[in-house]
This record gives sequence, structure tokens and C-alpha cells, in this order.
Amino acid sequence: MTTRFTNEHEYITVDDKGIATIGISNYAQEQLGDVVFVDLPEVGKDISKGDEAAVVESVKAASEIYAPASGEVVEINEALEGNPESVNADAQGDGWFLKLKLSDAAELDDLMDEAAYQEYVKGL
Amino acid sequence: MLSTIGVDNIDDLFADIPEDVRFKGPLPLPRHVGELEVERILSQMADKNVSASTVPFFIGAGAYKHHVPASIDHLIQRSEFLTSYTPYQPEISQGTLQYLFEFQSQVALLTGMEVANASMYDGSTACGEAVLMAHRVTKRKKAILSGTLHAQYRAVVKNLSEFSAHEIDALAPAFGEKADLIEHIDDQTSCVVVQTPGVYGNLTNLTAIAEAAHAKGALLIAVVPEIVSLGAVTPPGAMGADIVVAEGQSLGVGLNFGGPYVGLFACKQKYIRQMPGRICGETIDADGKRGYVLTLSAREQHIRREKATSNICTNSGLCALAFSIHLTLLGEKGLRQLAAINHANAVKLADMLSENPGVELLSETFFNEFTLKTPKPGIEVIDQLAKRGVLGGVPAQRLEPDRPELANAIIVASTEVNTDLDRAAYVKALKEVLS
Repeated sequence: MTTRFTNEHEYITVDDKGIATIGISNYAQEQLGDVVFVDLPEVGKDISKGDEAAVVESVKAASEIYAPASGEVVEINEALEGNPESVNADAQGDGWFLKLKLSDAAELDDLMDEAAYQEYVKGL
Repeated sequence: MLSTIGVDNIDDLFADIPEDVRFKGPLPLPRHVGELEVERILSQMADKNVSASTVPFFIGAGAYKHHVPASIDHLIQRSEFLTSYTPYQPEISQGTLQYLFEFQSQVALLTGMEVANASMYDGSTACGEAVLMAHRVTKRKKAILSGTLHAQYRAVVKNLSEFSAHEIDALAPAFGEKADLIEHIDDQTSCVVVQTPGVYGNLTNLTAIAEAAHAKGALLIAVVPEIVSLGAVTPPGAMGADIVVAEGQSLGVGLNFGGPYVGLFACKQKYIRQMPGRICGETIDADGKRGYVLTLSAREQHIRREKATSNICTNSGLCALAFSIHLTLLGEKGLRQLAAINHANAVKLADMLSENPGVELLSETFFNEFTLKTPKPGIEVIDQLAKRGVLGGVPAQRLEPDRPELANAIIVASTEVNTDLDRAAYVKALKEVLS
């Protein structure tokens, strides 16, 4: 499993079948405050890297989440509808947003790994 | 001061206004007139109007003359209500937020819907916003506007759609709901907009239309310009409407020369995140006590900007309060009684007026407003009635100038304010006009 981060605080974790799980980082959920709603895409939708993939709403803001890579949406986290708090409780685990079947795994190459991301966050 | 802001003369501040629309020269007013004389001049001007409060009055078509109890004005003029503004800071606005929450609850109950917002500007803009909301929910762009929809509501929907790629299928004016409305619904339709009671008076059972719309994945928007009708007819929510918009003017607000009015907006719970306007919610404070806040703010412009559900960032607070107080004073029983009196008065009047040869009742059903066919053009009939001191209604062709087939029709409203004397005056005047 490879995990990478964007400088917009999205993470993407790819398994050995080319399915990527996408969500926001722990740093992001802290900054957002209590998450009240996540607007997820439809399963089957094709998204390109950089497209708006989801919208996360907290009590004070609504933030677009951009796709870190291109692919087809194969699953969305339906549990978030009744339980948006899990984004705050476990952003990088149970609070995942969607799964993409990647069209080009090489798109992840210019994203930050865990160590680089932590450095980046320290500098903010 | 001009030099401080870097401008040579005051005319430079108007640089954005095209030359050809600028007023040149002095205003055509006397340089000086005493206050007493000004009062005299303006009163004489005002006296040229025949006003609703002084003559038998039967004009409706979207704004209705109802009795507004004095207690309402007395209460809304309390400075706490009159001067308070937007309740963005809940800690100091619990009074405002509580009445908005009660208002929303009343609107939801009246319309038979699950949720309602804290009001829109008026019924027509609420209608326009409902169409835009349906486009967002269904991700489609085509709205079907029934022939029962008020021409001015239709114009507002068109205004709001003009600069986007939205399509409008506006059906011809209809005196009774025609079956062909359902035929127009296809899988490109985002919504069907039906007014009931319709602009020409007729009531529509929305159930079949709701089913037909839902079968094609479209929403049904019900429009109710005379809110008192809901004291007598099945609420649109019970007939399957997805969004209900209405004009609240009839309760607590009065005619006010055209405004301010109060738009009511209600919808199904599942669409609440696409609903425009302010929403007040109930919650508990840090001590566990019940409190109220504006909520679901991430729909709104100050958070979502260009992706907001609407650019509305206010509501019609004082009018909503007046509406709410009036409805509270009436209660369910009082509202039903009020509606019954309205309908009875309209039936009485329709019967009396259709006794005239050449006058025919065109509305198959009606609540407190109906359309009559007249042997002479409606515009002429209304004008002649006015000269005889009776404000008899609205000529259909005034609402639909491009429809010569409506030339000989007038829309007549009758509420609880009309007396036997009013009706007698109308009958007498109409007889003279038609002879």
C-alpha cells in the first residue's frame, strides 16, 4: 500500500489492485472543525486529476476536495451520511471519502510521501 | 475631499453612467415651497387615486385585501422586533430566532411539507428560486410552467433563467387543468410548476401530476399565491409536491402598494441542502438549554460564494413575524373559518354577477377568486366600473397582453372584507356598464 499526500491536504492510498482510497488528512480535519456533511460523487463517475471530487462542509466552511489522481469512482463511503463526525475522529481511516480505480498510477509520482507531508505541514 | 480621493470634480464620480441616460439641468421642482403647501399639493395628488380602503374592492391576482387586526401592527412595532436585524449572532438574537423557528414550523404545517425556510422576498421570487433548486437537485435544465401560473411569476422565472442555459416550456393560459400538462413531462424535465388556486381561479388536484413527474425523475413545484386557501383545500404536500412556494401577504401583511411581502418556501427533508434562503434550527446550548441558531449556513453565499444555493442573503423578517402573529391569533380553527367566509363570499358574488346576460363564469372550480367572461373587453369593463367607484378586478389581458383570446375576461377576487353593500354596488355598476 502506498500513501501519498497533496499540498491541499488530501491523501491517496493505493492497494495492489490499483484501487485508491481518498480522503483528507488529519491536519485538514483539525483545521476544518466539526464536519457536518460530505457531498460525495456518484459511483461510476470519471474524474480527472485536479477535478473537484467532493465537498466537505464544516460548521464554518465548505471546502472542495480535488482528485489527487484520475480514475473511475468505484465506491463511496456511505457511512458518512449518518456519521460525518468520523471524518474528525479518524480522517485517515474510517473517515475515508471515495475509492477510485486509477487510470494512471504514475500520476502519484509528484505527490508527497508521509515524511515530506509532515515537513510541509510543520512549515505552515 | 474630492482631491483626497483623487478626483477632479463631482461629475467624475458618475463616470460609469452613460451620458445619454444622465439627467441634465435642474429638477423640475419649485426652489422653495412651505411645508403646509407641500402637504396640500401631495394630498391633492394622492386623492386622484381610488384606493382599496375607500371603495368596494375586488382586485386580487396575487395580492389580496384581507383584514389585518390592529394587534399585529401594535406588536410588530415593538422596537425589539422593528429594529432588530439579522440574527447572525445567536447569543443576542434568541427572540428573533425563536419567532423565525415558529414561522418555519407554521409554514411546514400549512403546506404539508417536512421543512421550510425563514422566508424569501415574495411568492414570485420564491417560485423562481424553486425552479433553480429543482435544476440543482435533478441536474436537468428544463422547467414546465403550467397555464395556471401567474404571468408575473412566469416572468420572474424567465428573468432568473435568462443568462443560464435553462429551458422553459410555458404552457398556454388554462382555466382548468388540462391533461396535456402530463404529456409535456419527459426525462429532460427538471420540474413541473403548477399554481393552485390557479391565476384564473381553478383548483388542481396535484396527485396525478406529482406521480407523472416522479415517474420521469422530475420534481413537482406547487405555487400558492393566496395562502388563506390552505384553510380550505388539501395542502400541496399531501398531494405529492416536492417543493411548495407561496405568497404570505394575505396574513398579517396587507396590500402595502405592492410590497414588502413575504415568500414562503418549503420542501422535502431530503432536499434541504439545496434549499435557498435562511434556515433557523433548534439546538441546545452549553448548559443543555434549548436555543435557536441559523443553520446549514454552508448553503449560503457568505460561505459557498459562487456555488451557493442562491444569492439571497436576507429574509422578509418583519413580514414573516406579522404573518406568524396573525396565524397564531387565528389558530387552525380561525383559519378554517376565515377560508370558509372567503369562499362563501366569492360564491355569492359569482352567482350574482353571472346573472348578467353575456356574463359567464369560466372557472370550473375556485376558492376566493374566479374569472368571468364579459360581453365587452375586460379592460373596458374594469375601467368603466372604476369610474362608477367599484374596483371590480383585473382584466385577464392586463396579465397576458399577447393573448387576444383573453380580451373578454376579468379576474375577480372576494375576501372576508366584502359586504352585501359591496356586492350590491358591483351588481349595480356592472349592469350599467354592460347595458
